[in-house]
Amino acid sequence: MPRWDRVKESFFNGERLIDSFPRLLDAFVLDIKIFAWSTPAIIALALVLAIARSSRNPALFPIRIFVIGYIDIMRGVPVILWIYLIGFGVPGVGLERPFNSPLLWGSVALVLTYGAYIAEVFRAGIDSVHESQRAASRSLGLSNWQTMRFVILPQAIRRVVPPLMNDLVSLQKDVALVSLIGPIEILRQANIDKAKFANFTPYIGAAIIFLMITIPLTRTTDYLLARERKRTSATRVR
Amino acid sequence: MKLQLIDVHKSFAERKVLAGLDLEVNAGEVVSFIGSSGSGKTTLLRCVNLLEPVDVGAIFLDGDEISQVGRDPDPIRRRIGIVFQSFNLFPHMSVRRNITLALTEVLNKSTQEADETAHALLKRFNLNEKIDAYPDQLSGGQQQRVAIVRALAMNPEVLLLDEITSALDPELVGEVLDVVRELKGSGITMLIATHEMNFAREISDRVCFLDSGQIAEQGQPEQIFNNPIDERTKQFLRRVQAVGRT
Repeated sequence: MPRWDRVKESFFNGERLIDSFPRLLDAFVLDIKIFAWSTPAIIALALVLAIARSSRNPALFPIRIFVIGYIDIMRGVPVILWIYLIGFGVPGVGLERPFNSPLLWGSVALVLTYGAYIAEVFRAGIDSVHESQRAASRSLGLSNWQTMRFVILPQAIRRVVPPLMNDLVSLQKDVALVSLIGPIEILRQANIDKAKFANFTPYIGAAIIFLMITIPLTRTTDYLLARERKRTSATRVR
Repeated sequence: MKLQLIDVHKSFAERKVLAGLDLEVNAGEVVSFIGSSGSGKTTLLRCVNLLEPVDVGAIFLDGDEISQVGRDPDPIRRRIGIVFQSFNLFPHMSVRRNITLALTEVLNKSTQEADETAHALLKRFNLNEKIDAYPDQLSGGQQQRVAIVRALAMNPEVLLLDEITSALDPELVGEVLDVVRELKGSGITMLIATHEMNFAREISDRVCFLDSGQIAEQGQPEQIFNNPIDERTKQFLRRVQAVGRT
């Protein structure tokens, strides 16, 4: 039976926390950066994938098959494996600086995997727009693409904002996986501090910093979901 | 302008909805389609707009076969407007944008020109105060009138009206039918699928009774409603009368 004072010493050491916290916060800036530059790329990739997968043009059948295969493969394998494979693997084939940076390729791995996850969110949104909206748009002479752009997507995106936020909360956490291939972000910094002082408190510090971001994000998501539910139940049934 | 349907067949899975339907509609003619649910009224209109491809048969507009497989439907749809039972306005757009979207994106009109068209049409149907409203701020009758305006703004040669009052509260039916009455004089060709027998009698140049995917009987409204010849027409009208919908 571990004694409480030992637990406290090891995990909740105030001195260690105060010492590590500024370094952890500094390192967390890198997490924020990775998140910030990956997210727009992820959203763009996800939109392209979702639109391609939802296309109805028979000529685009090969592209649909390719996209379905891509999404299945990216989603069917743990994110960490892609980060190792792409983040270690690609710089290893002999690229010149700055294109051999694990940071770059780790981010690419995040974009490729999360692009697939979020593509499915967008696709669900596209599918949720009633067929009659498509009929109304096409009957006015708008093309398939114009229908997607002006009628389907704007409604689809509005509906998927809450689940999208959920995935972005997951992304915010998974950014820390990039630490495993080198860049000194918050988890790596916590690791270093832990090793230096043989104390686990830096991990607790890192956890606190993550929660400061993820809990407000999650609450915002809940709020948006509740609002969406209220809105749709009030107007959808006609 | 002349619309011709020749031996049109259409099935959904195992269910045959149109079974060799023939029809000719002249320019400016107002033709109503009556018949029980499932008789093919809606499918007929959707085929004319190319929203449903026909299985067998052909549809001609001015002698031009529009139902050909692989033909780009967009230019044809600009000439044939449709109004749906459930309005199908775009909920994320204002009334103005609902009307101007196809004008700017399909007909490549300037925003100003499209706006003027929207203004003029909304004014004509007493909806000008609603131009910046969103669909969910409108009553069903107002939404359906906007949907008619949206179709009219494209200046179509043919207007298809698919049971446009069936989703409305009874007290809202009148305002929508008034719009159609006003359109009758304008020379536009209209094909109307309806359950409103009095309205069909009043507005139509010709009434077609559909049964099992074919036109069982057609003629002038007085003849169809007062002296139906076909036994199926008689039965249908008796059933409708029995529930007080004539």
